[in-house]
Formats: sequence, C-alpha cells, structure tokens
Amino acid sequence: MKATDINNPEYFHKVVDCQYGCPAHTPVPEYIRLIAAKQYTDAYMVNWESNVFPGILGRTCDRPCEPVCRRGRVEEKPVAICRLKRVAADNKDDVTERLPKIPTRKNGKKVALIGGGPASLTVARDLMPLGYSIDLYDDQAKAGGMMRSQIPSFRLPPEVLDEEVNYILDMGVNATFNTYVDSLKSVLDKDYDAVFIGTGAPSGKNLDIPGRNEATANIHVGIEWLASVAFEHTGSIGKRVLVLGGGNTAMDCCRTAKRLGGEDVKIVVRSEFEKMKASPWEKEDAMAEYVEFLNCHVPQEFVHEEGKLVGMRFEKVEVVYDEQGRRNLVPTGEGPIYLECDDVLIAIGQDNTFPWIERDIGLEFNRRGMPVVDKVSFQSSCQRVFFGGDAAFGPENIITAVAQAQQAAISIDLFCHGKDVIQDRPGPGVTLTSQKMGVHEWSYDNQISNDGRVHVPHADKEKALSDRKVEVELGFDIELGFKEAERCLNCDAQTVFTGEKCIECDACVDICPTDCINFLMNGSEKELRQQLRAPANNRDQDLYASGKLKQTSRIMIKDENVCLHCGLCAERCPTGAWDMQKFLYNVTKAGQTCAG
Amino acid sequence: MSYSKPKFRHPDLPKNELGLSKTDYEGAISTLCAGCGHDSISAAILNACFEMSIEPHRVAKLSGIGCSSKSPAYFLGKSHGFNSVHGRMPSVATGANLANRDLIYIGISGDGDTASIGVGQFMHVVRRNLDMLYMVENNGCYGLTKGQDSATSDLGSATKKGRPNMYEPIDLVALALRLGATFVARSFSGDKKQLEPLIKAAITHKGFALIDVISPCVTFNNTATSTKGYEYIRSHADNMEVDFVPMREEICTSYKAGTTQQVCMHDGSSVHLHKTAADFDIHDRQAAMEAVYDHKKEGRILTGLLYMAHDSEDLHKVLDTVPKPLNALREDELCPGSRFLNSINEGLR
Ligand SMILES: Cc1cc2nc3c(=O)[nH]c(=O)nc-3n(C[C@H](O)[C@H](O)[C@H](O)COP(=O)(O)OP(=O)(O)OC[C@H]3O[C@@H](n4cnc5c(N)ncnc54)[C@H](O)[C@@H]3O)c2cc1C
Ligand SMILES: Cc1ncc(C[n+]2csc(CCOP(=O)(O)OP(=O)(O)O)c2C)c(N)n1
Ligand code: SF4
Ligand code: SF4
Ligand code: SF4
Ligand SMILES: [Mg+2]
Repeated sequence: MKATDINNPEYFHKVVDCQYGCPAHTPVPEYIRLIAAKQYTDAYMVNWESNVFPGILGRTCDRPCEPVCRRGRVEEKPVAICRLKRVAADNKDDVTERLPKIPTRKNGKKVALIGGGPASLTVARDLMPLGYSIDLYDDQAKAGGMMRSQIPSFRLPPEVLDEEVNYILDMGVNATFNTYVDSLKSVLDKDYDAVFIGTGAPSGKNLDIPGRNEATANIHVGIEWLASVAFEHTGSIGKRVLVLGGGNTAMDCCRTAKRLGGEDVKIVVRSEFEKMKASPWEKEDAMAEYVEFLNCHVPQEFVHEEGKLVGMRFEKVEVVYDEQGRRNLVPTGEGPIYLECDDVLIAIGQDNTFPWIERDIGLEFNRRGMPVVDKVSFQSSCQRVFFGGDAAFGPENIITAVAQAQQAAISIDLFCHGKDVIQDRPGPGVTLTSQKMGVHEWSYDNQISNDGRVHVPHADKEKALSDRKVEVELGFDIELGFKEAERCLNCDAQTVFTGEKCIECDACVDICPTDCINFLMNGSEKELRQQLRAPANNRDQDLYASGKLKQTSRIMIKDENVCLHCGLCAERCPTGAWDMQKFLYNVTKAGQTCAG
Repeated sequence: MSYSKPKFRHPDLPKNELGLSKTDYEGAISTLCAGCGHDSISAAILNACFEMSIEPHRVAKLSGIGCSSKSPAYFLGKSHGFNSVHGRMPSVATGANLANRDLIYIGISGDGDTASIGVGQFMHVVRRNLDMLYMVENNGCYGLTKGQDSATSDLGSATKKGRPNMYEPIDLVALALRLGATFVARSFSGDKKQLEPLIKAAITHKGFALIDVISPCVTFNNTATSTKGYEYIRSHADNMEVDFVPMREEICTSYKAGTTQQVCMHDGSSVHLHKTAADFDIHDRQAAMEAVYDHKKEGRILTGLLYMAHDSEDLHKVLDTVPKPLNALREDELCPGSRFLNSINEGLR
C-alpha cells in the first residue's frame, strides 16, 4: 500500500464525514464548536457563508450529512447536525452588519436570473457583492420558490423564510414578480452577459387511471394543492383523504390535510414501508399525527357517483425478488381493495418542463427532455446560459440547489471575465493547524460525551393540528443545544502522523479506544484491511498509511472508520509523532479568483 | 487538565469464549509516562488473558514498588490485586498462592524491585517453583525515583544523566536458570507478537515462569547511550518467533521441516518455537545458559522461550497439600482437634 498523501486536501476532507456529505461542504464541526461556545452569531455566519439559508435549512434540510455522521457508526444515532443549525439561527444577534457590502460602483456586468427559488437567490448572493447588476424574474408574488409555495408553514414559518430571502433581495437585486418568462430567446435578446435558469421542477405528476377526469373536482395534484394552500386559495378539504405517494411531498400533503379538516387521512403507496422515499423523520412526524400508512397498494381506479368522487380501488401486491435480484411488485390475488374518500391528493413525483425555452436557439436538450448541463460548471450548451437547482438535473432539495448555484456563480463570474469555466476553476482553500496547547491540553474539547441524541421538543399536538401556521418543532433551547453540540466528535481535528518521529513504542496502539492504529509489515490494501486489530470492513472509509518506519521497517496504518478524534494517541505519544491538527476546508466562492 | 478514555469501542470487536470483549479486561487509564514500555506489557497481558478466555475474577495481580509495580492498576480492573512492599512481592505471592491454589497469579515487578532490593526474595521464590507468572519489566533503572541505575543496567550503559554504569549487571534470566527455574523467557515490550504467546505459555505452565521483559523507560533511559532503549534493543535483539497453540486448536502455522520445535504443555496445549535465532533443545538448561551467554558475548540479546522443564512440580506438589484451596477448608478440616494432637504427641513419646 502506498503512503497516504495528506497534502491532497480531499484526504482529510473525506475524514470530516458530515462536511464531505454536505453538498455545500458546510464546515459542520466548526459551527458546532461555536454553538457549544455560545457564539451563535459566529456559528450562523459560518453557515450563511456555506449554505445561504441556515434558519431555513435548520428546519427543513434533507440533511445528507446525518446518515454519514461518524457518531452513527460508534453508537446508535448521529449528531443532530441540522437542528443545531437552527440553534445558531434562533439565538444569533442582528447580522446585517456582517453581511457583505455591496459595491456602489458596479462591475458593468448584467445577469438575469429566471426563477426566484433558492438556486437563483444563491447566485444573487454570490454575485451581488462582486458588483454585478442582477435582474430576477419569478411568476410568484414573492421570492423563495418552493420553499414558499411547497414547504408548509408548520415546518417553516414565513418570517424565517422572509428574513433570509430578504438578506439577499436587500443587496439590491432588481426583482420582477408575478411575471412568467415565456421565452428564453427574448431574454437572450436583451443585453445580459449571462443568464441563470433556476426554475425548478414545477410540474406535479398526474395519475391517469379510470375516473380521473370524471371525478377531477376532488382529485388534486399534491404540489399544486400545497401551493394553493400556501397562497390561501384553499382553506379546507374533505373529512376522508387519501394521499397517493410515499415521498416527502406526500408527507407534507397528509399533514396539511390533517390541519384543513381531514379527519381520516391515509397515505396509500405502492411500495413497502421501508422502501418509501420519504425521510425517516418525515414518516415519524406524519405517524405521530395519526396518519395511517397503507403499503403495497397499487391504485386502479377513482370511483365516482354522478361525477362526485366517493372512493378508490386498489390492488394489493407483494414484493418479490427475481433471480437477478430485481424487485417486483406482484399482485397477491386477494381481489380489489376499496377505500372510501372525499378527496385524493396525488403526490407521486415532479417533472421538469421547459415549454418556455425555444428549441432552436442552440440550447441542447437530451432524450429525456432535460437540458444538457455540465456537471462541474453548470454551463449549458449555450455558453451564456447556466442552470442550477431542480432545473439542472431534476428535483432534489434546497441544499443541493444552493451548492449547485454556488458553482454556477463561480462559472458565471469566470465566464464574464473571459476565463475558462473548467480550467480556471479555483480549488478549495485548506488550512491545517496544530491544536496542542500544553500537556493534556488541546484547543478543542476532546472529552467525548457519552450521551445519546437529544430529541427536539414539539408544540402541543392539539394546538399544532388545529392551525397550519403553528410550527411543530420548537427547536433546541440553549441548554439542549449545548448538550447535543457536545456529542460532536470534532472530526476536523485530524490525527496527523509524522513517521520520522515515531519510536514504535506502541503507546498509541494501546490507548486507542477504538483500535484504529496498527503497525504492520506493508502489503496490499486488501490484505492489510483484514490484518488490522479490528478488521476494516467499511470500504467507504480510507486507511491512512505511513511510509516505512525506521526501527522495524513496518508501516503505521490507521483505519479512519471509527476514530473518535479524542486525541489520546497524540496525548500518549512520547515524541509528538501524532498531532491533532484542525483541518479547515472551504469551498472557494465566486470572485475569489477573479477579484479586481 | 486530566483526561479519560471514552466509553465507545470499535463496533466489530470480537468476543472470546466467555462472551467478553477486550473492554472487560481493561483497567484504569495509565498514569505512567507516555511511551513507557510498561504500558505495552499491560496491553500484552490484557490481550493474552482475553484470548485465553480467562475469567478476570480468577486472576490475582501482585506487585512490589516502582512504575512497573504500579502498572497492575492499568489492566484487568476486575481482577484481584495486591500492591505490596518494595521487593517483597514474592512472599505475598507465596502466601496468597498457598492459601488459594485455584487463582492464576501474575506478579509484576521491576528490575529494581527484583534485582536490587528484592533479589533475595526472588531467588527463593524461584527455588520453590511457586506456580505463578513472574514478569520483570526491565528498564535498567529505577524509573519511579527518577532514573538511577539499577542492578540490571549493563556495564557502561548510560541513562539520561549521562554517567556510564560502573558495575556488572545481574542477568535475571541467567540467575533463574542457575537456581532451577522451570520456565524462563526473555522478551521485549515492543514485540507483542512474541510477548503475547510467551505470556500464554507462562500462564499455562505449572510452576514458576519468569519472563524478563526489556521495557524501555522513555523518560530516563531511552538514550542513544543506553542498552535498554527502543532503538538499541531493536538493533541488537535476536528474536525467536514463538507461537502458542491452545489445547484443541488446530496448528495453522506451517514451518519448514526441522526449523521448529514443538513443546507440549501439561494441559495439551503447545508452544512452537521457530529456531532462527538459536538452535538448542528447549528442555536443556545447560544449553540455554550457554546460548544466553554466547549471545551476550557477541553483544546480542537473545529473546524468546529459553528453557522449560519437562516435568515441573510446583510448590503445592512438593508440599503435598490437599487439592482443595486451603482458604476453602472448613475449620474442622483445617484443625482436626485435640484428639489428633494427642495421638500425634503419643506417637512421638
Ligand atoms: C412538498 C415539497 C416539500 C419539500 N420539502 C423540502 C424540504 O423540507 N427540504 C428541502 O431541502 N427540500 C424540500 N423540497 C424540495 C425543494 O423545495 C426544492 O428542491 C428547491 O426549492 C429547489 O430550488 P430551485 O431554486 O431549484 O427551484 P424552486 O424552489 O422550484 O424555485 C423555482 C421558482 O421559479 C419559478 N418559475 C418556474 N418557471 C418559471 C418561469 N418560466 N418564469 C418565471 N418563474 C418561473 C417557480 O414558480 C419558483 O418560484 C420540497 C419540495 C416539495 C414539492
Ligand atoms: C523499602 C523501599 N526502599 C526504597 C524505595 C524507593 N523506591 C521506590 S521505587 C524504587 C525503584 C523501582 O525501580 P524498579 O523496580 O526498576 O521500577 P521502575 O520504576 O523502574 O519500573 C525505589 C528504590 C521504596 N519505595 N521502598
Ligand atoms: S484520536 Fe487517536 S486515540 Fe482517539 S480514536 Fe482516533 S486514533 Fe484512536
Ligand atoms: S505513541 Fe508515538 S512514538 Fe509511540 S508508536 Fe505511537 S506514534 Fe510511534
Ligand atoms: S519514569 Fe520511566 S518507567 Fe516510570 S513511567 Fe516514566 S517511562 Fe515508565
Ligand atoms: Mg526499573
């Protein structure tokens, strides 16, 4: 096995599991330490730099960071990274002074943003401070995109949304609302230096089965219905409601229905419970509000009497895996299942549609009707046009939209300065600094909390279910937030090994609580993985290998998998061959290379 | 600020036959200097006991005074222990063993504790073949009292203080061989691959088992001028590979014919010695003494299992004590009463 090149920033980046898993690479342990130190405003700004919407994401993020959190590999549950973000947002002081200053002298470049969701807003946030003039067009009355039209108020209060959206609009974005852009060509004909398309995936999938047209008055497409609730065009629903679909949209539909008069609300879904797309916590929250789940039911027909919906027929299926291991839903043959209902909400997915983009302007589309977009630069085949968010590669989530938009902003800035959007792309900014302060003293809190994950307190259920505007989660208070913050293992405090200093005394091997460290004769990685003190079966996690050591010609091999970053190896090393060093990884922002 | 060891362990840690994991064999966190050889020896004992599936409550750890003698606090936290007086561990061990022959006795001593103040007690416990594992954590100095030369320090070897030692050393292995020890080994704290099987064999051995473990004192005696530092030992040791194969277990390592010596133990387990460093019969006391001496003459240190008696008779056997531990005997069994005393007295008239 070759010695690990720790000068490659990606090596230690990967060790910080949460940050690596976050699409925007938010320096998670850094802000969690700030929360523990009660520096909420600083913690907020670390977030704002990376993910633009800490208050919103602290309530709604899909949190890809949590399933990969190291803590989840050494005990039951990961750190509540997402809800800690909210602690920073809830307890911060006024941040307006800390926001970037917008130059009064503009740089002479004009950019159009189509759509006013998180993707477009992020591009504005990154380009406004650089002196760009920005025009934003959206067909809704206010900015925020689906964060406003789809995410229900009981998960995201409008004040929180307004605050963070306004930080950006107040930079001087020239926004035009209630305006649907019906021709890209006409936009390109104006004198924009670049155009960013952040129009999302605005079309809800329909379910075309018998009875759909006849009973249409009581059959609603989920995202359209949620938007009409959000904009207060709809204020009630029947007592018995069926929600079709198993994703997060279905969860929001059923919980909203519960608040608008739905008494008997059921989720009816084709797949089995475990395979449902919704995040585990969204399912839990729905179940806690007495929503019933019916799995393995395939919709057959909308049943109506004289044009009035009265129920639906389903076929019961079971999951069978064929020889190739493919999953099939096979009818059980027990005959149709009939469920009475007053309303049905269809929440079976979203599509991208671009009827307003002309197909003869040099912007290529692929066979699935999606624009051809570069995965790194987010540039389309029409050089001046960039995509990001749900419009780029299909529906994802807010944090992905933010991350993509940041990259698109870098590209737009490079493009507007005549640079190459790939070749001239900046790498990440990284620093590595020793944390040693003295004997047994480190500048981070290396004592490991043994506590389990703290639950977020909820509002009184009766009250929450009676008003769709009452926020369900109350968030951690300062005390609970501190307790949860203490669970973070500080994975960015890296174990850095200097082979020349090692006298092979074994002290680090003996003290390491999780048996990470080994001294062995070199071999192939595959062999070495099996020879370690505890077999390294998690192949997603790297082995850190040194070069040949002086005294015995063995090498040091550390399995990064369950290292607690407790620093005991460094503590017990007589020669300082191990040191704990803070690794800070920052995704470069637009402007950091084109400045001036 | 002090520090403590987190409670989390590797989720895939194996369990032994008792269903215990290594955690169950841990002790308090060490207060010895970082990098002290003694800590490695503690870890080796822990690993050996875990792998042998020894119930922690069946072990008694005995020690004298010194950094080495402190170390029993840092492993087998659920075992019995007696931290005794400087150089007097052997008499405490003898008393304990005579009272309860059912426990496994592990004596931990230092070179000062054994070869200086305790050399008299040491010689007698060897002679008596007390059933115990006697480990000397040999760093060539008095670590606890700040590094004075000890009686095992080699002539001319210099600690951090810089003055070469003026006296001839006591070689504990040679001494034990001379006094009739039934199991004698030498090893190095930095070589667990050899040390752990030796500990297992020594625990299995019926009778007195000495392992003289060279164990560098990083703080006072790990200098370039010392003959007990990590670097010196690694460049001067001739290591005999040792394998311990417990009873009922398949022998899985295969050696070239004629290069290994298999030694059977009383309970059916066996020790396999890979004879690259020295080629002599492990049951030949004379040969062992010569091999140790020859290596020393060449400036080398021979490590491995050096001698094991064919038919060791431990102190209980010699004294013909009852099989039941004395401390488990009822008073009427221990003290047969005045009628027996009278009859004995009668017989002597
Ligand atoms: C019910 C539901 C719940 C969700 N919950 C979460 C959640 O909890 N957490 C999470 O991370 N994600 C969630 N998502 C997904 C998330 O909302 C989206 O991934 C995200 O908003 C995408 O951002 P965007 O900027 O790409 O597009 P959008 O937010 O969709 O914004 C696009 C905007 O462009 C406007 N627009 C479209 N076409 C035109 C045009 N031609 N002219 C002018 N304006 C136009 C739209 O009206 C909209 O305002 C949810 C989605 C749904 C449907
Ligand atoms: C009767 C008595 N004499 C002297 C001492 C002081 N003393 C404490 S430890 C020690 C030497 C220990 O040396 P060693 O056994 O080699 O242990 P190490 O610390 O080197 O492991 C001495 C002389 C004492 N504690 N008791
Ligand atoms: S920081 Fe060091 S001692 Fe602690 S778990 Fe990681 S490798 Fe082991
Ligand atoms: S504690 Fe330090 S010197 Fe000792 S083996 Fe580990 S890295 Fe090497
Ligand atoms: S003084 Fe020497 S023997 Fe004692 S703990 Fe420190 S290194 Fe070990
Ligand atoms: Mg000593």
